[in-house]
This record gives sequence, structure tokens and C-alpha cells, in this order.
Amino acid sequence: MNFDMSQFQQTFLEESFEGLDKMEAGLLTLEEDSSDVEVVNTVFRAAHSIKGGSGTFGFSEVTAFTHVVETLLDQVRSKEREFTSALGNVLLESVDVIRHLLCAVRDEEPIDENHRSEVQSKLETMLTEVSNSSSDSTDEQNEQVVSKGWLIRFVPKAYLLKTGNDPVLMFRGLQELGEVQCSVDIQQLPAFNDFNPEDCFLNWELTLMGEVSKDQVEEIFEWVDEDCDLEIEPFEEEHLEDPSNLEQAESPSPAAASSTTKERTTTKSTEASSIRVGTDKVDSLVNMVGELVITQSMLGQLSEDFDMSKLDKLRDGLSQLERNTRELQESVMRIRMMPISFAFNRIPRMVHDLCNKLGKKVDLRMSGEGTELDKTVLEKIVDPLVHLIRNAVDHGVEDPETRKSQGKEEVGVVHLHAYHKGGNIVIEIKDDGAGINAQKVLEKARQNGLIGAEEVPPADVIYDFIFHAGFSTAQEVSDVSGRGVGMDVVRKNIKALGGQVEVQSSEGVGTTFSIRLPLTLAILDGQLIRVGDSTFILPLISIIESLQIKTKFMKSLAGKALVYKLRDDYIPIIRLHSTMGIEPDSLELENGLLVVVEGDGQKAGLVVDDLLSQQQVVIKSLESNYKRVEGFSGATILGDGTVALILDIPGLIKYSHGSTRDVNFNLAKELEEQAVQMA
Amino acid sequence: MQAEKVQEQVNSGGQIQNAGELASVESDQFLTFILQEQEYGVDILRVQEIKGWDSVTEIPNTPDYIQGVINLRGTIVPIVDLRKRFELESIPYGTTTVVIVLRVESRTGSDSRIMGIVVDAVSDVYNVAMEDVKPAPDFGSVVNIEFVKGIATVEEKMVIILDIDHLLNSDELADIQV
Repeated sequence: MNFDMSQFQQTFLEESFEGLDKMEAGLLTLEEDSSDVEVVNTVFRAAHSIKGGSGTFGFSEVTAFTHVVETLLDQVRSKEREFTSALGNVLLESVDVIRHLLCAVRDEEPIDENHRSEVQSKLETMLTEVSNSSSDSTDEQNEQVVSKGWLIRFVPKAYLLKTGNDPVLMFRGLQELGEVQCSVDIQQLPAFNDFNPEDCFLNWELTLMGEVSKDQVEEIFEWVDEDCDLEIEPFEEEHLEDPSNLEQAESPSPAAASSTTKERTTTKSTEASSIRVGTDKVDSLVNMVGELVITQSMLGQLSEDFDMSKLDKLRDGLSQLERNTRELQESVMRIRMMPISFAFNRIPRMVHDLCNKLGKKVDLRMSGEGTELDKTVLEKIVDPLVHLIRNAVDHGVEDPETRKSQGKEEVGVVHLHAYHKGGNIVIEIKDDGAGINAQKVLEKARQNGLIGAEEVPPADVIYDFIFHAGFSTAQEVSDVSGRGVGMDVVRKNIKALGGQVEVQSSEGVGTTFSIRLPLTLAILDGQLIRVGDSTFILPLISIIESLQIKTKFMKSLAGKALVYKLRDDYIPIIRLHSTMGIEPDSLELENGLLVVVEGDGQKAGLVVDDLLSQQQVVIKSLESNYKRVEGFSGATILGDGTVALILDIPGLIKYSHGSTRDVNFNLAKELEEQAVQMA
Repeated sequence: MQAEKVQEQVNSGGQIQNAGELASVESDQFLTFILQEQEYGVDILRVQEIKGWDSVTEIPNTPDYIQGVINLRGTIVPIVDLRKRFELESIPYGTTTVVIVLRVESRTGSDSRIMGIVVDAVSDVYNVAMEDVKPAPDFGSVVNIEFVKGIATVEEKMVIILDIDHLLNSDELADIQV
């Protein structure tokens, strides 16, 4: 029987990583309040299942290490040991080690022995320090255990198989510890007529050769502890039978080992692409497909003998089909959505470590963890988020003394908040620290030559400088931050996801970073527009309004740049046909339509020939086979199979204006002058 | 007739499936096509499919020889007009005009892309041993020599073997991989 363990191994790893997250979160809670028994239990359970699971899969390093952790936790649980912050730190470190061990198992990489043994010795010191009574017993066990071999009598209860345990797997586990010889007692096997295939009637006597501790042997049988009678005795030399038998027993083991390595390689390649989906989502998907089938059969029936009198029915059917398809699409997209807590989860640990390092006190608050985000976006947002939080703790929140002297609470507050806003997800990172010193930033910007010496830009422009590469106002460079590398990367990463990052700050009160992200990357609500013979797609969220062009609101600046007076605003006009080099319907502006769009906080008016339908489009990348094209964010395939390009509004504005801010600035100035002259 | 045969051969999936694995082994089969009465050859394992000319979506602000992009079963594939690429005189597309869809590898070989080339007509499939491919003499201005892998003589005809990786990676297309 060759049993494919690889799929279970993957599940085990996933569950273990989740378990580690739980342990981490639990340990952090315990640091604040060690009295919560339920949390201790959760942490203990997580450790226990990791240990058990890794034993089953034969990851002996993990098992051995986790065992010590588990012992410590068990003492905490049974109140034999006080949960101190020193203990908490060691346990957190050991969580890291376990994670490292599991990663090593997954990626088949070597283990960082130094770190492991360092933490292990810390754990063991902890263990021996304890209430000596309990440590005695463990030590004793550890000493008496190692023997040349073991004689194991394994008498399972009849219902063992129903519990999902398979003796064969356990024996295989034994085989990995050493040479195993096995003899079966079939005396209890009933006559064939009375035979119930779900019951276990067999007893085994196994001899295990090798320098193995009793613990290790017991661990194999740990899961069936209560479902069998088990005797484990040290093996005596007399039991040694002739060596030919032993060889036989030995032969299957290399085969087993090689097959495991093979399985692991396959796991590695598939592992990245798995998603855990809630049953409710799958159920709704199944419902949706059911409805789709009904609609389809209705339409099919209609087509069998169709005449014009049934046209209305056909229309109804088609609109139903459209609704079904859209719902189906939405539920499929929902499968890709994951709560943002996946990204938030690692933050508390980081803040905890940072606080220890920097001697600060920070209360991290999180809200809106349930907000869902596309998996791809989620994975890529973690790094920028981590960076911003680091900044908030390092630069934002002051040390306790300073805070006290300023009449603030000693403990700083960093608030991480996620919520929906329109078609976007907004993540806010808010601290109540010192705020950004606008004066310093301004000076630095002048030093770096980002602005002229005399210029005094508005506050939002000043804050924007921090996103420039190589910009840091920190006096000292620490290993946490201050090198001026980072904020530009943060902005770049967020932009790559189609998002934006903004900063608000007031000195002495605090700083807020808001990250705006699109809900999903794959599908976009688009407005189809036509210029000449070409069809383009505008992302619906970037459109503010569309209007008929009235020439009296049209102003020309320096004979070239066109602006349009929209209520109290002047917006630059982009004539798509000239930027795209297309022949339009008419060169007269009043024959066209003006679509007012916003991108990167800047407005612009696009002159188009016609607005076509609105529809959802699937974004296809141009880069995969060609390259990035200025002004376009991608392409899509329309209903008739042709390709249409998706306009990238911020890119387009930049492309058609060069450095837009200057242009706008100058435009506004000139317009003011014009207005003055006219008056 | 011949073109059909070629298409069949190319479409019989198996070869294409294997193309990736065999990429390092130089094949000695070449698909040839006609461009201004001259026969050119490309490595047949790089050919994904041959399809009739159909309208494309133009991409603004790209070089002249980038004809546009097409939808090839859900992927966006750029189309290069080889006449324009070789700075030959343009002729109106006719019934024999075809698009040969090729798999192009980046210089490092780490990445491959799909591109189409527009040619006058497909011609044949030849077996040519690699050692029969002679290095090309200087062509002067007709064809930029750097795109030519060599010249083979088949049935008394001269076939120019193209280096498509180089051809479709050069210049404008080169900075695709950052």
C-alpha cells in the first residue's frame, strides 16, 4: 500500500503555520494579561497539534523542539509555573524557531542549527529552573529512555480503525526510527461470516532496533493512546533473531524514504497556489451555478420553437442570464478575497519587538480586520504596511519621558484601521506621536534641491517630499529606520497595485497615513469611449462627470495648452485624438464630449467623440507579451473578440503634460493674471 | 495545399507542447515563408500557429512596424509587420497574407513571449542539418545582417534562416524586460 502523504503534508504545514500565528497572538495577549486560562489553553493546543502532526509526518526536529515548548506551556497551564515576560519572550523566540524548522521542511533547506540550539538551551534552562519537582520527572524519563531497542506489544481495541488511525502508518513511523520487525497475532480473527471489516482484530508484536528514546516511541502511538493496550519494554539481546529477517525488514525503508523526498518536491511547486475558502462561499457558488443551469434550460426550451411572440420571454431570459453571470463572477471573485487580518496578524509581534528594542510603550489598536481584499493585493501590501508601522513606532511615537513631559499618556497609540470606501479599500495607520516636522522636511527638501530656496509650498506638498527616494530627516540612522530608503518604495509598491498613499500630519498631535487600494486587480468597471475608429476603456472610478463642451468655457493658454472652466475650477484638457494620433470624427471641440477624470489627485478633461456602453472588463496585461505602453494600464477583450486598450488616467495626465504640477501651477497663475487684466 | 500541410503539422499540438523542453536542442526543421519573393526560415519548434490576417487593435505611440495587438484565445499578442521591420516596400494585405505566431525567448532565456509576424505567405517545411546552414555574407541594406542566423540551400533555393529572438527583441522591443 503506497499512501500518498504529500497532500496531507501540505495541509499539515498550512495548519501548523496557522497554529504558530495563533500561538504568537496568544503569547502577546498573555504578556499583557497572563491570567486568561483560555488563551493559555489555545497556545498549548496549538503547540500540541504541531508536535503531534510533525511526529506523524516524521519531522523529528520539529517534534523534539516543540516537545520542550509544550512541556513549558503545560506547566503554565497547570499553574506550576508563572507566566513571566521573560518566559513569553523565550516562547516567542521558539515560535520563530518552529516556523523556521517548518519552512526548512517545506523548502527542503538546511536548518539554522545555531539559532535552534541557542533557543533550545534557553528553553531547557527555563525548564530546569522550575519548580524542581516537575522537572525531575521529565529528566528521569529522558535518562532512562535510550535503549538499544524496544519490544512493543500493540493491542488495539476493535474500534481503532473507526477513529481514523491506521496501524500501518504508525509502523511506518517506527520504521523511520530504526529497524522494525513485526509479527501479527491473528488468533482473534473471527470466522469469515462474522467478520466485520471495520473492526480491528489483529494484535502486533514489534521489535524496534536502534538508539531510540522511549518518548519517541510513545509519540508514535500518542494518537491511539486510549484506543489500545500498549506495552513498551526495553529490548533484550536474546530477542535478536537471525539477521536475514532483519534485512528483510530493512529493505522497504530506503524505498519509503526516497518516495517521501519525491513527494516533497511536488508539494513545493503546488504549495504557493492554494487558497482556503469558506464553505459559505462555495455554497453560494453552487447555488449560482444551479440558477445558471435553470436559465440555460429555459433559454434552450425557448429556442426549440421560437417565434416573434416569444421575444419578450427571450429578453427576460437573456437579462436573467446576464444577472446570473454577473453574480457568478462576483462569487468567484469573492473566493479570491481574504480578510485583511492575514496582513494585520504579524503586526502585533513586530510592534512588541520594536517596543522592546526602542524602549517605547505602544498600544496597538486594530479595527476592520474583517475587511476583505484580493489575495494578490493582500500579499503585496504586507511590506509597505510593515514599513509604515515601523515608522510610526520609531519616528512617530516618542519615548515615554518625552511623552510625559508633553502631557501625553505614557503609552502611545498606533491605530491600524481598514474600511471600504467606494470601490476602494482604505487602510489607515494613525499614531498620536510627534507628527512630521514640516520645517525640517522643507529644509531637507531645499538641501536636496527638490524645491527652490524661496518657495513655500502648501503643507500637503511638503509632506509629499517624504516619499522621495533618499529622503530622511532622522538625525541618527538606526537599524529600524532612518536611512531614507523606504517611503519611496512604499509609494512605488502601492502604486504598482493601482493604489495611492497619502499623509496627513500635525505637529505634536500625530500622523495619519492612508492607503487606498482597489478591491481587485483582475476586473474593472469600465466606460467604453470612442475616438474616431478606436475604442478605449476608461476605469469607471476615475470618471467624475461627462458633459457637452461649451466653447465659452474654453480657454487657451499661451496659444497651446487648453483649459476648461468647470464651475470654479480650471481643468487642463487632453485631446485624446492628438495624444493617440487618431483621426477624430470632428476637430471642432463642441462636437465632442468632455469626460472629467481624476487620477493621482489631479483632474483633467478628456475630449472624446462618443460615450459607448459601460461594462465590466477583464484586465489583460500588455507586458506579458509586449511591454508597458505609456498612457495605458492594460488591455481587454470586448464582446466581439477585439482588443481594446484601457487608459491609465494618471499616466495619461503625466504623458500629455510632462510635469503636471508645474503646468497647473503656471496655468493658475496665468489665469489669475488674465482675470485681473479683464477686470 | 502546402500551407495547409504546414498548418496541420504545427497544430498537431504535440510538437508545440514539446517545444519548451527541446528549446536547447537545435531542431533541423524550418518553416519557411515568403517576403518579397525571398524565402525566409524560422525554427519550427518556435512556431505556435499560423493564422490568416485579421484586423488588429493599434497601439498609439508605438513604432510603425508594430501593427497592433490581437486577441489570441484570451492573451494579448503583439503583431509585427516584417516588411516594415525590414524596411521593405509595403504591399496591401491579400489572401495569402498570414500571421505566424512565434514563441520568442528573451536574451537570458529565462522568459518567453508570444508574438506574431505578418508575412506575404507561408511556403514549406524543410529538413536542414545545422551544419548545412552557412553564415551569411553582408547583404548591404536589404536585410540587417544581425537578424540572420545563416543561409541554407534547399532544392537549389536559398533560404535565409532568421534569428527570431534577436529580431523581435531588438531596438524598441528590447527594453521590455527591465
